[in-house]
Amino acid sequence: MSLYYSFTKWTVTPPTPRTWTGIGNYTDAFTNIFFRRAAVTSIVMTVTAVVLSVLLGTLIALLLDRKFFGQGFVRTLILTPFLIMPVVAGLVWKNQMFSAAFGVLNWVLNQVGIESIEFATKYPRWAIVGVLVWQWTPFMMLIILAGLQGQSSSVLEAAKVDGASPRATFFQITLPHLRPYIELGVLLGSIYLIQVFDHIFVMTGGGPQSTNIPLFVYQRSIGGGWRFGSASAFSIVVVVATIILATFGLRVLSGLLEGEEA
Amino acid sequence: MSQGKTGPVVGQRTIGGYLLSLLAWVVGLLFFFPVFWMVLSGFKTEPDANGPPKMFFEPTTEQFSEVTSATSGLLSAGQAFANSFWAVSVSTIAVMILAIPAAYSLSIKPIGKWKDVLFFFISTKFLPIVAAILPLWIIAKELGWLNTRIVLMVLYTAMNLPLAIWMLRSFFAEVPKELIEAAQIDGAKLWGQITSVILPIVAPGIAATALLCVIFAWNEFFLAVQLSPSSGGATVPIWVTGNVTSRGNFLAKLSAASTLATLPVIIAGWLAQKRMIRGLAMGAIK
Repeated sequence: MSLYYSFTKWTVTPPTPRTWTGIGNYTDAFTNIFFRRAAVTSIVMTVTAVVLSVLLGTLIALLLDRKFFGQGFVRTLILTPFLIMPVVAGLVWKNQMFSAAFGVLNWVLNQVGIESIEFATKYPRWAIVGVLVWQWTPFMMLIILAGLQGQSSSVLEAAKVDGASPRATFFQITLPHLRPYIELGVLLGSIYLIQVFDHIFVMTGGGPQSTNIPLFVYQRSIGGGWRFGSASAFSIVVVVATIILATFGLRVLSGLLEGEEA
Repeated sequence: MSQGKTGPVVGQRTIGGYLLSLLAWVVGLLFFFPVFWMVLSGFKTEPDANGPPKMFFEPTTEQFSEVTSATSGLLSAGQAFANSFWAVSVSTIAVMILAIPAAYSLSIKPIGKWKDVLFFFISTKFLPIVAAILPLWIIAKELGWLNTRIVLMVLYTAMNLPLAIWMLRSFFAEVPKELIEAAQIDGAKLWGQITSVILPIVAPGIAATALLCVIFAWNEFFLAVQLSPSSGGATVPIWVTGNVTSRGNFLAKLSAASTLATLPVIIAGWLAQKRMIRGLAMGAIK
């Protein structure tokens, strides 16, 4: 359906008859500077947020994969951001952490002698990436922790007996073992983060730096533009891009299912 | 899990070990801090919340009663929670009714080409909702479903179904085949096998799956704001954003509303964290 609309010129308000425009909307999509900017924003946000949360998640997982007092409690604390409603996460960070006037982050900066910065308006893209990383690091951490705890202890002991340094053990045994888990984290993170809408909607409402594709399509159609034809073309472009991502994704998943008997 | 671990734990009971434990605690508290601050601010008065950060103040529940009291013309808390409750519970029940038989036929008695079927289910999850939102909006409009709970019930069911099937399948796959065979030899019919052997084993898995569906549906905002933004079907996330106003101070009220909106999910998530992560990883992690 979306495919059909994408070949038409159709504005809902004011209502105009649907007319066939062929590939016009597509040439528009590729020449439209705002769409290209939204695409760049989508890619930059997704890639940085996924990379940062996987890195942080791995480090924290390594930190938690030891026995210490309150291990379960600390894991629960770190898990919490992931459970927060995305809308709430965006609002809390914008108004209570990033805010120049009353934000806790700026209060800390002031204590060390740096002037307040209104993060959400000055660096909208990075402010949003920050919140995304805060919400997704726990997820990555849990996946990688599950991987770490699935390591066979006999292999690690053998390495120790053979005199391998902790460093060598990590890079030559642990990291290769974690690879499928990291792949899974990257895959799931990308699927969810490419669709991010809520955080941006409540934090900036889509300024020049922070409009990604979902928000852009929304602004063009239901959010006020009501140009369903061209908005459909934009979404078809997204679908094609996603199919490429999904092909890669399905391969990762089927790799994980290998060896499991029917 | 880690309790039974016998592998070498580097640096334990040394100074370095204590420092690492301390670091873990610091990281944990830092990650939790914004949530703590949100709950704290909910108990502040507006002047306290709209000032330099304050740790100590006279707590008040004034904001909680204010955000939950209805103002005419606006979406009331009661209405939003009722909408969310219905959309979430109906969709979760529908998902379970559809997903349990599907998971059964993909694991215990695998149908032909079960892997292909499984991948077909999950491939629907790869499509960004934004690509489907316009047709959905048009269909909903034609059916007269815009701004109703029904549209969200249907879409949340569709949204959670693939994940639920994957998650349940991995729980079903763990039922030992020998148990089912033994029940068969004892003369148990299909229904008897299901109720007396399979269900007791997978019950915790089913509970965790349902919980995850509840969490996703409860937190969902994109579909809700596009398809049912006004009071007939508006859900809790929409109500939360409604507490941001351009008139006067709203931080304490917003914090109170956010606390009410997130608390059920946080508690549910804490209780089911281990099984939940397995579901999120689509059953790929044991």
